[in-house]
Amino acid sequence: MTEIKLTVNGTARSDEVEPRLLLVHYLRENLGLRAANVGCDTTSCGACTVLLDGESVKSCTVLAVQANGRSVTTAEGLVAEDGTMSAVQQAFREHHGLQCGFCTPGMVMASTSLLAENPHPTEQEVREGLEGNFCRCTGYHNIVRAVLAAADKLSGGSAPAEPEVTA
Amino acid sequence: MSMRGSILGTRVLRTEDPGFLSTGGVYAEDVQDERLAGACYVHFVRSTVAHAKISGIDVSAALEAPGVLAVYTARDLADAGLKPLPPMMPNMNQAMKQPLLAGDVVRFVGEPVAAVVTEEMYQGEDAIELVDVDYDILPAVATMHQALSGERGLVFADAGTNVVCTFGDASASSPDLFDGCEVVVSEVIQNQRVAPAPMESRSGAAAWGEDGRLTAWIPNQGAQGTKGAITGMLGLKPEDVRIITPDVGGAFGAKFGADTEHAVLCWVARQLGRPARWSETRNENLLVMPHGRAQEQKITIGGTKDGTVLAYRIEITQDCGAYPKAGAFLPSLTRLMTPGPYHIPRAESWSTSVVTNTTPVGAYRGAGRPEAAAAVDRAIDLFADAAGVDPADVRRKNLLPKFTEPHTTAFGAKYDSGDYATALEKALAAADYPGLLAEQAKRRASGDPLQLGIGLSSYVEITGPGGEAGGPNENGTVEVHPDGTATVLTGTSPHGQGHQTVWAMLVSEELGIPIEKITVKWGDTDLVPKGGGTGGSRSLQLGGAAVQQASRELLDVARERAAAALEAAPADLVFDTETSAFSVKGDPDVSVPLSSLAESERLFVRSVFTAPGPTFPFGSHVAVVEVDTETGKVFLRRVVTVDDAGTVMNPLLAEGQRHGGIAQGAAQAFLEEVVYDDDGNPLTATFADYPFLSATEVPSFELVDMETPTSYNPLGAKGIGEAGSIGATPAVQNAVIDAVSHLGVTHIDMPTSPQRVWRAIVAASGSKEA
Amino acid sequence: MIPASFDYEVADSAAHALALLAERGEDAKLLAGGHSLLPMMKVRLAQPAVLIDIARVPELAGIRVEGDEVVIGATTRHADLANSELLKAEVPILAYAAAQVGDPQIRHRGTIGGSLAHADPSADLPMTLLALGGSVEISGPSGVRVVGADDFFTGPFESVLGPDELLSAVRVPRDGSVRWGYQKFVRRANDWAIVGVAAYGGRVALASMGGTPLRATATEEALKSGASIPDAAQLAAEGTSPGYDFHADVDYREHLARVLTRRALEGKAG
Repeated sequence: MTEIKLTVNGTARSDEVEPRLLLVHYLRENLGLRAANVGCDTTSCGACTVLLDGESVKSCTVLAVQANGRSVTTAEGLVAEDGTMSAVQQAFREHHGLQCGFCTPGMVMASTSLLAENPHPTEQEVREGLEGNFCRCTGYHNIVRAVLAAADKLSGGSAPAEPEVTA
Repeated sequence: MSMRGSILGTRVLRTEDPGFLSTGGVYAEDVQDERLAGACYVHFVRSTVAHAKISGIDVSAALEAPGVLAVYTARDLADAGLKPLPPMMPNMNQAMKQPLLAGDVVRFVGEPVAAVVTEEMYQGEDAIELVDVDYDILPAVATMHQALSGERGLVFADAGTNVVCTFGDASASSPDLFDGCEVVVSEVIQNQRVAPAPMESRSGAAAWGEDGRLTAWIPNQGAQGTKGAITGMLGLKPEDVRIITPDVGGAFGAKFGADTEHAVLCWVARQLGRPARWSETRNENLLVMPHGRAQEQKITIGGTKDGTVLAYRIEITQDCGAYPKAGAFLPSLTRLMTPGPYHIPRAESWSTSVVTNTTPVGAYRGAGRPEAAAAVDRAIDLFADAAGVDPADVRRKNLLPKFTEPHTTAFGAKYDSGDYATALEKALAAADYPGLLAEQAKRRASGDPLQLGIGLSSYVEITGPGGEAGGPNENGTVEVHPDGTATVLTGTSPHGQGHQTVWAMLVSEELGIPIEKITVKWGDTDLVPKGGGTGGSRSLQLGGAAVQQASRELLDVARERAAAALEAAPADLVFDTETSAFSVKGDPDVSVPLSSLAESERLFVRSVFTAPGPTFPFGSHVAVVEVDTETGKVFLRRVVTVDDAGTVMNPLLAEGQRHGGIAQGAAQAFLEEVVYDDDGNPLTATFADYPFLSATEVPSFELVDMETPTSYNPLGAKGIGEAGSIGATPAVQNAVIDAVSHLGVTHIDMPTSPQRVWRAIVAASGSKEA
Repeated sequence: MIPASFDYEVADSAAHALALLAERGEDAKLLAGGHSLLPMMKVRLAQPAVLIDIARVPELAGIRVEGDEVVIGATTRHADLANSELLKAEVPILAYAAAQVGDPQIRHRGTIGGSLAHADPSADLPMTLLALGGSVEISGPSGVRVVGADDFFTGPFESVLGPDELLSAVRVPRDGSVRWGYQKFVRRANDWAIVGVAAYGGRVALASMGGTPLRATATEEALKSGASIPDAAQLAAEGTSPGYDFHADVDYREHLARVLTRRALEGKAG
């Protein structure tokens, strides 16, 4: 067993873990943070995506011991204490960027990382930025809309929300 | 009385989303329940060969491995009296039985051979490596042709044949079918095998209570059907089984019922007297979860030179994989939809379903109907090409004219309503078909290596199968509580479709209760004993209609109570959805809130809605591709679709269904395929190898609205879940072929992979030079 | 899928890593980003007894100029290469190639040293190193040796790197003015190349055309002799020995090599 100390969603953690324990299982089984899902095992699908020191990684291909001394953020950690979801999370809801939800936490984390690196992506850049995250339900259409909308909102947003229909 | 605007038809955001976006859904693997405390873990040892006799299984080393509680094989199941499962329908060869764990013979790579049970999750993968299975290799029936020829022997020695069943009668084929046709074209085409690949693989958890009752958490598309499958496989009494449906991470037809692994999981939990969990890897999922499609079709079409189709024939061979499941039945749906939206004076079809030493085939988004649509729309384009008529004009000439009274086809399908020509014209207009043709002509003239292809499809499909005996039907229960909230029970089973939101919208519309105060429940067989689940695009038109009907009937019950409370005649009361209260006509101050009528006695209604028949959504797709003629690579540039599913309740969600379907349908046309080698070894058993569509291979989609209501339910709604996947496949395939048709190419099988496209170009240019 | 059990050691210097390698012998594997090794371990194609984590060794990371070369520490990640202003200016083909590796998450973890040591004949960076005519620094018990790209790769997933050695740095020529092109033929953006071509000046390297990344020597010779790009590119498949799979047969790969070599030599990146 190896001791690890890390920060998860802002909280310091310390645990004894088997060296082969995957970060995704450490988060899910040891910490009960089950938003990240295992979708493929081959670093292909991105359902397990979390942020490691602010950057997206596939937590099925990171050992928990490799996260020692680092900071991990999961979808749970994007929600403010008052329950307010992040701009990316909100945009996914407003643009119906999720259906069954299984890819969603990973998709949200990948999108969050993407916008941190490229705050004003084009549609093509969004698609390329999410090439490592598979979704079977949405055809990606509304996911792309959501990320573009979140980018707009995060940068001070010129696009108005849909106007209320008034008689 | 104030009139608020109807919530129906508006873009209401999903109420289920905040949980999915923050803490994530609670899928089977996530379920935390005291009944599952101390659960052990089940892992399966799976066949590494396609066809073999098992000459021995040595589990001794595995039993010594850390944490191993037990290892079970077919012998243990037989000792417990569990029997192999016969095929689902009586017309299928009953000797083709599927064991829960392979006994004497393995019939496909991935078939479960032994179950290893461990204390901890990680110990199972270590232990399964230690189970030693001796295989005496048998010839693998790797293809449908090998199954039919018998050259590799039989998948089931005692079945006497590799044929599972047939639909239609080949011997009744008319030799004169194509008489009078000036143009006749024939082609053997592949509707290739693809993997449903929901993002959530198969999973489950099982616990037995001290009362001898099983509770099983199994991802499914209808808990009631799952319960039936589990009781059937384990020989249990229905009252002893409770299925609870967690959040389900996508299904696409592949999660109906339950699989043999689920039955073994439940059995293990009983054997060991402790709860058990099982979650497969993606590799296992791609090896074992039933695949979709897998038809070879010989299509022949004939007509006159002006583009009028006179006759059409489709001969279908269906690959069922190693065990006949829903796949064996799929061609009957393909046959039913043989002529699609076209008026074809003479048409015939028949099918033969065969077993092979490959993964079993089951339902996948569209299940039998995409195969029909792909065939007839490929045939139309082949005919158009041979006749020298624009494919749009051939469709214009041969689509059934608009009808509002049901139209019955020669194959027994009763189309409820349709306006196929309008759908086509709308799609062509939105795509700017003339502009596309001009651009294509320009590129052809310039010899640009990047050629433009335009592909069309016009489709009609059948949606809305029933859940119980009788006509298509579904139940819904609505209860109003004294605190002003309401609960809905539904026999449908959403896994991404958004029923929680839309069923609440339907209730809110009738009862004036805000959707935030309406809870929708499904998938617990103790709570909802009956139901047909979600599949075949049935949910809104049957389950939604049932919820609406229950709401209206609840209002009738409430009206009687309100009349008593207000000391007025029921007929003198009006219900105001603005306030969710009854008042006396002309005297709004004398009123009683609906919720208060639930105070002294529960206020609820269970209602079953029955439709006169299935409904037939339709539409047209236009796909635009660029093909790199030097490499054969296809770039999907545009998909413009009209998908008419009658009246839309929530456009946001209906569009989402269309997007997803379009992507899956397009992916089949140019990307995805399950591939086996000649020995039946799968070559696409991980997401690194199976070309699952990613965001970079598709454009944003262009959706055109069209709503032709059905009279079959009060909502006017038809099914939308599968439409996209039915229309997109032939449109994209036709577009790829169109891009290189000027080079002499007339057909390219799906998926139109770069190598296939390149070879088609080379072959066509070679034959031209010759 | 999870790896078989192993011991885990953290190296705090290159010397420490070498000492651990010497101590644990052939059962030890070096771990940096783990994006080549961990996937192999998860399917149990690799079952090392011990992993030596070198990701935290400061001296093994970073990008710096040294004379007419750029020297890149082995644990420098693909994302760092792709975003490096220095590389974009001085070795743009390498920055571009790094941006083609896998997907963003993989580029956040995977390292140049790991990718080269993995020696996948279909991968981006081995092909690019070969096109650049770069070299690798290898630290071992007897000191540091420098091996040219032409001599480094010996077979599929095999190189001259010994079990007691550490690939510590990568050296590439710095000259932002050299004409380059890069072609990666894939069905999906994050796939391995069905065929890849990297052209740098008169050097042309191919991926997925044999057991190692290969030079298109016939093309290079033709260019030297003054052949036109289209004519030279026609020779791109000469001397190659591509495999086949369900995506591509041998003759199709050879055809792609010719088309993509022409495009790469024309300076196209895609």
